[in-house]
Amino acid sequence: MSASAATIEGGRARGVGASAWARRNLWTIGLLGLLVLLIVFTKLIQPSYGAGGVQSLAIAVLPLGFAAVAQAIVVIAGGIDLSVGSMMALTSVITATLMQGQSDVFGVGVVIGVMLLGLLLGAINGGLVVLTRVPDIIVTLAMLFVWAGFALIVRAAPGGQASPWLMTIVNGKFFSEWVPKAGLVLLIVVAVVWIPLSRSKIGLSIYAIGSNQLAAFRSGIAIGPTKVIAYAFAGLFAAIGGLSLTASTGIGTPVPGPYTLESVAAVVLGGVSLAGGRGGVFGPIVAVVTLQLIQTDMTFLNVNSNLAIVAQGVILIGVLVLGSVLEMRRERA
Amino acid sequence: MTVTASDLLLEATGVSKTYGAVVALRSASLAVRPGEVHALMGANGAGKSTFVKILTGAVRPDAGRIVVRGRERTVHSPVEARRGGVVSVYQEPAVIPDLDIRANLRLTDTPVDAFRHWLSELGIDRLDLSAVARRLPLATLRIVDLARALAIEPDVLMLDEMTAALPANLTERVLAVVNGQRGTARSVVFISHRMIEIGAVCDRATVLREGETVGVVDVTAGSEDRIVELMLGQIAGESREVAERTARAESAATPRLSARNLAAGTKLTDVSFDLHPGEVLGVVALEGQGQDELFDILAGSARPSGGNLLVDGEPVSFGHPADAIRAGLVYVAADRAEALLMQRSVRENIALPFTARPARWGLIDLRSERRTVDQAVQTLQIDARAGNEVRRLSGGNQQKVTIARWVAGGVRTMLCFDPTRGIDIRTKQQIYVLIRDLAAAGAAILLYTSELKEVQLVCDRAIVVFGGHVVEEIAGADADEATLLRAAYHLRSGAQLPEELTAVAER
Amino acid sequence: MSAIADTSHWRSTGAWRTLFRDQPTVPLVGLLALLVVAIEIAEPGIVGPAWVGVIVRAAIPLAILAGCQTLTMLTGGIDLSVAAIGSMAGFVTATLIHSPGGAVQGVVVVLIVAALAGAVTGVGVGVFRVHPLIMTLGMSFVVLGLSNVWQLQTVQTGAGVPPQLRTLGSGGFLEVFPYSLVVFVPLTLLILFGLRRTGYGRLLYAIGDNPIAARLSGARSWQVLVVLYVISAVLAAIAGLLVSGLSNTASVSLVDGYLLSSVAAAVIGGTSIFGGRGGFGGTIVGSLILTVLNALLIVVGLPEPSRQVVFGGIIVIVAAAYTRVTAES
Repeated sequence: MSASAATIEGGRARGVGASAWARRNLWTIGLLGLLVLLIVFTKLIQPSYGAGGVQSLAIAVLPLGFAAVAQAIVVIAGGIDLSVGSMMALTSVITATLMQGQSDVFGVGVVIGVMLLGLLLGAINGGLVVLTRVPDIIVTLAMLFVWAGFALIVRAAPGGQASPWLMTIVNGKFFSEWVPKAGLVLLIVVAVVWIPLSRSKIGLSIYAIGSNQLAAFRSGIAIGPTKVIAYAFAGLFAAIGGLSLTASTGIGTPVPGPYTLESVAAVVLGGVSLAGGRGGVFGPIVAVVTLQLIQTDMTFLNVNSNLAIVAQGVILIGVLVLGSVLEMRRERA
Repeated sequence: MTVTASDLLLEATGVSKTYGAVVALRSASLAVRPGEVHALMGANGAGKSTFVKILTGAVRPDAGRIVVRGRERTVHSPVEARRGGVVSVYQEPAVIPDLDIRANLRLTDTPVDAFRHWLSELGIDRLDLSAVARRLPLATLRIVDLARALAIEPDVLMLDEMTAALPANLTERVLAVVNGQRGTARSVVFISHRMIEIGAVCDRATVLREGETVGVVDVTAGSEDRIVELMLGQIAGESREVAERTARAESAATPRLSARNLAAGTKLTDVSFDLHPGEVLGVVALEGQGQDELFDILAGSARPSGGNLLVDGEPVSFGHPADAIRAGLVYVAADRAEALLMQRSVRENIALPFTARPARWGLIDLRSERRTVDQAVQTLQIDARAGNEVRRLSGGNQQKVTIARWVAGGVRTMLCFDPTRGIDIRTKQQIYVLIRDLAAAGAAILLYTSELKEVQLVCDRAIVVFGGHVVEEIAGADADEATLLRAAYHLRSGAQLPEELTAVAER
Repeated sequence: MSAIADTSHWRSTGAWRTLFRDQPTVPLVGLLALLVVAIEIAEPGIVGPAWVGVIVRAAIPLAILAGCQTLTMLTGGIDLSVAAIGSMAGFVTATLIHSPGGAVQGVVVVLIVAALAGAVTGVGVGVFRVHPLIMTLGMSFVVLGLSNVWQLQTVQTGAGVPPQLRTLGSGGFLEVFPYSLVVFVPLTLLILFGLRRTGYGRLLYAIGDNPIAARLSGARSWQVLVVLYVISAVLAAIAGLLVSGLSNTASVSLVDGYLLSSVAAAVIGGTSIFGGRGGFGGTIVGSLILTVLNALLIVVGLPEPSRQVVFGGIIVIVAAAYTRVTAES
């Protein structure tokens, strides 16, 4: 009953420009701060940590980064996609299998084709969610089996061969040895696709259907098609994630990695609300980097590597508990 | 006078809709002329909301014709309806909570200048377009929604309970703007439970009953009775009866509930009152004067930042609704979606408080539960034919279920927050009677109502809250609407009525 | 919207819909029978007492894990930690086989550990209001990691699945009645009865249907949720013990393959992932359907990858059919 409010005044947003932006992206900024602290900490415990470390960090982050972006788009639209890992496996084996022993030009065709395939896979996920009206989590759970099955049909065991040029795109440095190509690829691809998308009417619609479906419908947004588009973009990013897997390892692996559940974790840590409508894709990327760096630090500290998994779970829980405690305190105040 | 079809802006005939076994609309019709404000009326369950959804394209009818500007149209979505010139403003604003206002305008292709113009017409001059909708008050959002609809310049504007959650000053502005549409090329379909508003701005009224259009009335000075008669059908007679007031219990004994200088945040600053057994105490306030916070505190949903609460003379402190319930304070909410388990049965809904405490997590004695529940169902005359799932009941019956839950366990102190909001006259009447009966049986009842008429009908006395503190106490017999309204605006009696003074309240 | 039409209308168009909505178990049993007929046609003579025994034995751990999902889904949650907890249970018991207390000590220890993990999850979900999906996901990372650490700590002093567990998980009376029924039947009765006839069961539905209403009626949901996730974790541990007995192996990822199937079984059984609707009866049938379906696909001769594809497809189809008939309007 506290929904109604008394003062009829305009928005409470006082500042404009930078401060408004900062307030809206508070979570991401906090996360960036944490990352900086972590980098300092890393340098302290391992003074030799430098360009080489950054290189391997970027390579390790790449596939999960794309997976997190894919997941973030769907979660913003109010859904969840448990088939991200399977789509990555499928696109990865297709890429490696088709590229094996083929020319570079053909390889370029494969890359484009696989990205289109990603859009299609995602659109199928979204289409099924819309048409069957079965909850997203169930449909994509089923599609997890389907896409993973297809991946195994394409190739029963890891193998194939990535085009050499594809591997050079993500491996190595870009001019300065402090600028790993993998990091650049991640940022550029995400920026090129996400920034125009999020500013467009389609992007606004994706936020709208996640934020309040009824209000979106009444605002004249076509809920179904928008949802399909969101899933299609998730499929695209999953496919790019699959490509990056093949590019960084040189082969295709049919068994899905841990990317689905880790992408959900990264998305939530990155400030995207599971309820939909809130957040962006850069927060999740920062979260992925942070988690990876923590793992690296634990090896530096000679901690049992299995404790890294524990740490990941504890951090996931801890950050969310912290967030909820802060929320509760704000409510009380 | 006769009206040919081509003169009509919007004409719907023979519209019907069935949901499974439930007939929502049998044969509804509506004819709206250009430049008129047309009321669509009907008791709850008459099919009004289904009809509106069909007209705006949110729901597809089973049969019927809808003609806009002489052209027949089958509408499949709000966006198509909008293209056809029919735009609606719903009870829940169609604003995306996580986007700012500017993005919301962009999503709906709304011209910003026209939006700003209507916004200031409606009484909001300053609005930061980069404010995220979630952070704006509900009343502002409804006004934003309306301004946006007007900015699109529709042929037909449908307003569904537009004034329901608005404070009085904004209500005035809305009514003024609606009134301004009369005689233009545009027409307004106006849906409201408030007869005064209908009389103030509407030219004609179409009345629905049991899914059928039962009459079209020209709205004039004496047409209220005719409309009510049409809405109620054969039960019209009893609706005028006033719940019989029992003699008020003498209040010499310790009050059941005492509030001493209660305060919470900035809204609630200083509220004190005594509530005695056998008494119905009304709380009257304009929207947002601290009554929400007051009831949250009394129901155990929030902690006060200052002041004391005494039950039977003993100080109490509630950390959870469970604490309030144990102290005998039970809460009836206005929002049924807040109070009911929509997918569960009437029985489980009524029995819910019985099993809340861990001590009662064990076996349920089904026989005694059935006896208690049946009795409560009977007391409140709940029509539980669709009782397998509460969501299939009508709004009025749902509200009765939320009350039955507490009646079943025996009521000591009941806190009612606008319990008759948005329900039909007949159910309202039954709830008034029930409240009086409970009081006669010794219960103490605190009743906040947004419908001032109820105060004189039901309450022994009323306190008026303004700006977070009690400004006046009025005996039930003297609590006519004009007196209450003056008090609610914190005006001296004899001073001007608020129409001219909206600026004061706007601050 | 509330005028009730004469009820004769119900029988003509609404009968199936009503049946599905109010008694989802009945048509589900029909589907199960259909699958059994199909497998008998695919390989005549396969269906017999021994086959039933095999199917039931395989379905029981799945049904228990799906029970965890059912209970948590009723409150609008989900439990992704069942696999990690189940694996942990089987694995740790096996490593404790040579401890003084033997298998019994192992079982007691893992049940306590599971309950602790469940309590932490419950506090996270109930008190700190962390989304159950995330909370249980995080808990599964923690349990998996700690199991790994435990694996490294216990120098392999001849760990092995205790013979009692092997008998319980894979043995049977005359090949027809698996011994695991001894565990399963009382558990089932307890859950079914608990959901229908106890105040606690009512609250699970209430919290899932409308947490605000439950709160306003005086229920403290954190109490309900802490108990719920403890129950779920203990059930998961029991299922894990049965799985390790069934397969005569113990590893930290033994139960992982069951996780998504357990969600699927609960959904096919008619429990809504949004909470407030469903029950354990349907879940049991759902588990049997998935088990028989898997057997059918093997009998038909589909290789593992194709089986996965068909499996996923069927989950979508059943869930879609189910949504269609139960949907309002």
